[in-house]
Formats: sequence, C-alpha cells, structure tokens
Amino acid sequence: MPETATATATATLELSMQGAINRALRDSLADDDRMLVFGEDVGVLGGVFRMTDGLQAEFGAGRVFDTPLAESGIIGLAVGLAMGGWHPVPEVQFDGFVFPGFDQLLSQVARMNYRSRGAFPMPITLRVPSFGGIRAPELHGESLETYFMHVPGLKVVTPSNPHDAYHLLRRAIAMPDPVIFMEPKSRYWNKGPVDPDAAADLEGATIVRPGRHATLVCWGSMVHRCLQVAELAAEDGIELEVLDLRWLTPIDEESLQESVSRTGRAVVVHEAPLTAGPGAEITALVSRLCFRELKSPVERVTGYDVPTPSGDLEDEFIPSVDRILFGVQRALEYRRG
Amino acid sequence: MSDADDELLRRSYEHMHFARTLDNGLVTWQRQGLVPAYPPARGQEAAQVGSALALDRSKDFVFPTYREIGVAVAWGVDLVGYLGSHLGLWHGGLWDAARDRFAPLQAVVGAGPLHAVGWALGQKLDGLDGVALSYFGDGASSQGDVHEAMNFASVMSAPVVFFVQNNRWALSVPLARQVGGESVAARAAGYGMTGTVVDGDDPIAVYRATHDAVELARSTGRPSLVEAMTYRRGPHATSDDPGRYRSLEDERAAGVDPLERLEGVLRASGLADDAWFAALVEAEAPRLEALRATLVEPAPMPGDQMFEHVFQSPTPQITRQRAQWREESEHA
Repeated sequence: MPETATATATATLELSMQGAINRALRDSLADDDRMLVFGEDVGVLGGVFRMTDGLQAEFGAGRVFDTPLAESGIIGLAVGLAMGGWHPVPEVQFDGFVFPGFDQLLSQVARMNYRSRGAFPMPITLRVPSFGGIRAPELHGESLETYFMHVPGLKVVTPSNPHDAYHLLRRAIAMPDPVIFMEPKSRYWNKGPVDPDAAADLEGATIVRPGRHATLVCWGSMVHRCLQVAELAAEDGIELEVLDLRWLTPIDEESLQESVSRTGRAVVVHEAPLTAGPGAEITALVSRLCFRELKSPVERVTGYDVPTPSGDLEDEFIPSVDRILFGVQRALEYRRG
Repeated sequence: MSDADDELLRRSYEHMHFARTLDNGLVTWQRQGLVPAYPPARGQEAAQVGSALALDRSKDFVFPTYREIGVAVAWGVDLVGYLGSHLGLWHGGLWDAARDRFAPLQAVVGAGPLHAVGWALGQKLDGLDGVALSYFGDGASSQGDVHEAMNFASVMSAPVVFFVQNNRWALSVPLARQVGGESVAARAAGYGMTGTVVDGDDPIAVYRATHDAVELARSTGRPSLVEAMTYRRGPHATSDDPGRYRSLEDERAAGVDPLERLEGVLRASGLADDAWFAALVEAEAPRLEALRATLVEPAPMPGDQMFEHVFQSPTPQITRQRAQWREESEHA
C-alpha cells in the first residue's frame, strides 16, 4: 500500500458533518461499484448543501447524476434500480419534499422485499437533510421521523456528530434493507474528530454524557442542545445523562432501559410535533421497561402540534435550552400523591 | 403472410384462448368460493399476448399491474404462483419474480412505470440491452407517477416501452372522463418520444408495434409508448356491477371479440380447422384442472411468514413480535 494512503487511512481527521458525509459517500462509491448517487442538483452542483461535492467528477455521470425535479420519480427510480441489482443512494433535497415521494417510499421501497418474498431486496439509503434550525422557507425544516418510524420495512437513523455521520452512513449504505438517513442540517458545518478507520460499533444508542439524576433521550439535531442543557444543569449540581438514540428504527431498547432504570427519570426531546410523535413510543417503552425504577412520569419536550412555523417563530417551536430545562425541572420536582 | 406470421397467429390464439379459459375459470371459481376476488382481463387478450410475444424472454423484464393474466400466460410465468395473489396467499404473488423477469403484481397502477424506468436505466449502466415493458391502463395514465416516469425515461434515455392498454374503463369511469383528449399516445410527443396507437384487439398489429418499440429501445436506448385500443369486456373485478355505469349498447359498440376475430382469420386463411381448435381445447383441459386442484387445496401460508420478509435483516422488534405471535397463537 502506498505510504500516503496508509497515512490518510490511520489519521483522525477534523471534519464538519458535511465533510464526513461527503467522505462517507466517496469511500462507499469507491468500495461498491454497484452504488449510485442521484437526486436534484447532486451532480454538477454537488448538492445544495454540497454533500455530493466532487463526486460526479470523481466517479462519472453514470454513477452520480442529476434527476428531474420530481421526488416520486427519484424514489421510484431507486426501486427499479434496486430491482436490477444496483445500490441506490438517492438524495431528497429537503425533508418536506419527501411528501411528494411518499407513495413510492411507503408503498414501494418499504414493501418490495416483502411483496416479492425477498426476490427484490431494497438496499436503498435515502438521504434526507432534516430538522429545522436554519431559518429555511416552508417545508424545508420538517422532522419526519414519526412517519418513517411507523412504516414497516424502513430503518431510520440520524447522526449527531461528524464521526457518527461518517460511520452510520457507511453502515446504512452497506445494509441490505432500506434506510432513511436523516441529516441534521443545522449541524452540517460544525466540526469534530472523525476516525474513518475506527472499528465503530454504531449498532444502537450511545451515552454521550453520563449522569445520574435523569436521562435526556434525544437524536440528531437535539443531541448538541441536550449537551448544552446538561452543561448548564451541572452548574446547579444536577447530573443529566444524555442518550443519543441514533437509530429510531430499530430503537435500542436495552440501552434505553439501562439508562433510565439507573437515573429513574426520562425527558424525551424532539423537534417533531408532540401528539403521537416518537416521544409517545419512547414513553411507552420506558413505562414498560423501567416501571419499577421510574421516579416520575416521562416528560416530553417537543415541537408543538402546529405546522413547522416560519423562520421568525422557529425558536419558539424547536425545543430550546430553557424549555428542556423546564422539562427536567418537572421531572425532578414530581412528587407522588 | 410468411410462415413466421402464420406461426405467430397460431401461437397468439393458443395463448389468448388459454388466458380466456383461465379468466373464465377464475370468475367461476370466485363464484364457487375458491377465490376471494378476481379482476378479469376479458377482451384484452390480444393486447396482452401480442405485446408479450414481442419481448425477449432471456433479457427483457415485465412490469405488470394486476390485470395481466394474458401477459403471464404468454410470458410463461408459473401460473400457480401467479394465482397466489388472487387467492389471497401473498400480495405480490408467489412466483419467483426475479427468475421469471416478471415483477410482483402492483396495486398502485401508476407506480410500476417508474420501476420500469429504473430497471431500464440499470440495463444501460450495465452495458446490457434488456428492455423494460411497463404495462398500465388509461386509468393509471392519470397518475402523476406516469408523467414522472415518461419524463425521466426521456431525459435519461432509458430503454423502456410504455404499453398502455386503453380498455376505455377505469373501474366505472369512461375514457372521456379519464383522459383529456382521449389519447395517452398523444402525450408521448411532449416527452420527445414516439407514441403509436394500435388496434389492441389485433394481436399481430400489437406484436408489430411492440416489436418496433422494443427494437428502438434496444438499439438506441430511447423510450417510446404504444397505446393499444381495446375494451374491458368484463367487470372491473368480480365484486363489480358494470350495469350501474354502462349499457349493453355500450358494450356492443366495442365490436367483435378479439378471440372470435382471430378465429375467423385463422379459419379464413386456412391456418386452422375444426380439428385444430378441438385439439387446442382438449389440451387445455388438464392444465386448467391442475390449476383448479391447487385452488381447492392451496398450500397454506404459515402465519409466521408475515414476519419473514419485512426486512432482509430483521430488527429485534420484529423478531420479538414473531416470537410473541408464535407463543400466543399456539396457546389460542
């Protein structure tokens, strides 16, 4: 092996999440010559968020290509390509534009392996820039994990930092099942260490900060905010554990049980609206798995049951540090009877 | 007419007649309670058989909807497996869809054309010359996915043939209330591709139009559209009552049944006589009886199969639910 390659391979890099995702796509394209990247503006432009920057120049327009502006077309194309033995990694440019492709995603991607009794696996990784926080126009800041989690046949994952983004994306692409890869667009440009060669065990959830008074259950964009909350709470002697679920399908129930059983309290934090959201599922799991150890009802700090509002009101909608602290306070101050 | 044409006429009739016999059988068996429901293809046999015979079984790929029994017969799909869908054993059917190059039955009739485009694009990327044949009808042509499929195919030069069986009825809604301009083929020009209208009740005309479209796709990678004008002579499905939305006069306007028409051609040209037709019917009987026998006592679908193919690599949750189902069903 050339010396330069060895040096690159073993170095821990300082990358933004954009850099990590771009590198994961590049490394996967290099490893798997059946992998294809396509979507709106992902070719010549390199994607509106530059996630596919340079990939068409490196791998050619046969493997990295622009499509017409039609999400159902993009996702349906992926189904047909997968039926022909390809590994499609399409991008839908913004979360809210998954809706025009919902039928192909729910009725086709999620069901083709089932419908065909395994004759046509769907090794598709659908990348979706997700969640709010960048003052974007309508339908550019949605949190769709609730929908994805409810669909049998889809796996759902979201990274919170560059290292996880690199390894989770590579893992998703290598999986034989369809995976929705939700990218927290508000964290695209924050840097962190990435070790591409680390033997990463990214199967389930991870404790990103240990604590003993309550567990903050979060994922994607909310992990960094929960770490800020834990930092502030520590000043008052409150030790919050921050559990990054990473995988929303499947949820790592063992890690959830282990953490909440130990702390006795759980606060679920997500941007998606409250009612019948992911927090409801997690609350049900915690109440079954940790019933004896719970010291308070599970608290949820979430988006409200309103359409994701425009930029001016975004900070009122997305769980803020203060709102999460109120949730923690409700959990800590709960008294029986 | 050449010898090849003569042979094509006879083969078309054999497939069309068996498709009709099976179609009639399925309606009867539905009435007998052997089949939960069935969407007859009566009247569309020429369009289905003529188009299927124009393909190369070794390299092309069929994307059907759910009313494609004539295609299945001519293509040679395992019919026991094909009927698995109508029997309610498995949504997509039970044939090996990858081996048979015949995609699972599709309930969302506008969804398949995009899959055909994706598969066809994959052929081009692989440097192969397979062609995807996408079957859909005048009703499906209203769906947005069909537009997206045609546009993608044209922009990307995917070797796909959009084969429209315009049977003039989308369940209860007639063509005039379904398709603006009453022609799907006319739309092809807008996508920069050829659109051909053909008499869908003439299997040779259908064969030729489809063959040309397939050869165009194979040699140039260009998509095209063939609209076979036919008529759904039966109900939408065994649960339907066409008397609520069309009259006998409407149905008579469809003209001579394609099977009778082809029989007339075969007799007039001396290609088949009474003995030939009698032998054909005789040969069908054991095939039909064998299929009926599988319907009377279908191999039961084990309950745990509903968990089996959700994922290639199941989640712990699916594995747990499967175990719980097993435990609770055994104690029930």
